[in-house]
Amino acid sequence: MRTMWLLTRRDLGQAWRSAGLWLPVAFLLLVASLYPFAVGPDAALLGRTGGGMLWIAALLASLLPVDRLVTPDRDSGVLDQIALRGIGEELIVLARLIAHWLGFGPPLMIATLPAAALLKLDGATVILLEAGLLIGTPALAALGLLVATLTAGLRSSGALAGLLALPLAVPLLIFGAGTLGDGSGAALKFLGAASLLLVAITPFAGGAAIRAGRE
Amino acid sequence: MRLSDVACLRGGRMLFRGVDLDLKAGGSALLAGPNGVGKSSLLRICAGLLPAFAGTVERRGGVALTDERLALDMERPLRKALGFWARLDGVDDGTLDRALDAMALLALADLPVRMLSTGQRKRAMLARVIASGAAIWLLDEPGNGLDNASLKLLGAAVSRHLAAGGIMLAASHQPLPLADHARIDLRIHAAEAESA
Repeated sequence: MRTMWLLTRRDLGQAWRSAGLWLPVAFLLLVASLYPFAVGPDAALLGRTGGGMLWIAALLASLLPVDRLVTPDRDSGVLDQIALRGIGEELIVLARLIAHWLGFGPPLMIATLPAAALLKLDGATVILLEAGLLIGTPALAALGLLVATLTAGLRSSGALAGLLALPLAVPLLIFGAGTLGDGSGAALKFLGAASLLLVAITPFAGGAAIRAGRE
Repeated sequence: MRLSDVACLRGGRMLFRGVDLDLKAGGSALLAGPNGVGKSSLLRICAGLLPAFAGTVERRGGVALTDERLALDMERPLRKALGFWARLDGVDDGTLDRALDAMALLALADLPVRMLSTGQRKRAMLARVIASGAAIWLLDEPGNGLDNASLKLLGAAVSRHLAAGGIMLAASHQPLPLADHARIDLRIHAAEAESA
């Protein structure tokens, strides 16, 4: 438990120092401010399509930090040094997942508020959007981390990570954006299921990928 | 630590085979051989980071390894960057300070790691090994980039470690300031791998 806390705190500190935390937030806000220029300032149209657009922006924003999640620590030997201390790769990935979500999920949810204002979303939609992001961002973080472990050490891993992650992110997008037009709450439950699955398999799949990628 | 009949296969090529080594408390050995013969691979096998293609590796006690990779956070001050590893190893700040002192790094402890020179970085990695309290030290080219004074510090640290019942296995091209250690020439084992 103490190991977990040490690893999480270090990963979060590294993310903070590398200033990578602002990238997804800035991206989301930028997309939200560009969107009205593209489709016109019609408030009804913006309100109807803006929520889904923010989901796409959140999904793409989750790809931005992928190349700083694993590769630098793999190349500098940090992952090997942790493993030497008898700490399993699964624990490394789990700690990293928690740190990555803390640095990615809440800032994105906060940035969604001004973004929703830019797109003239109504209050009910904003609440659904935030609820969906609360459930969906752990899955986006897990997916980003998973492809980061799989592509660590490969050339042009950033582009490859996008190609790997986007098909896997389709269910999240369908259910996430689906929550906005769905009164029954079923989409939210499906989103929760998809999120649980991704969060549960990431430490094991990511740990195996780190072990297999060791030279 | 005991290796018996260890072989290493890298990239479809058998690097060496039939390596036997038995290091008891206080024992040390030096790996020799030209570049690419598999010294670093053998150290990684000993550390448990690479699987041995054949043979067995038995270890008792913790392992500390230094290689060419720094594994310290560049933007942080040296003491804090090493402190992360010290806390992971469960050792207190006093132990870390003694390790920094043993490598003459106390004066640099508040500098960011990225400001350190090659030799100073090497000493920082050695300080991590000293602070770890691990019984088995695996040192890959520990003398690279060190000046004569630092080499003496390294020799003294290794002597203290061995006197306290530790084990050291090092790969080095430079002669290390150590009196008696076993010597393993991997060239012989590489030849075995080729003839087999």
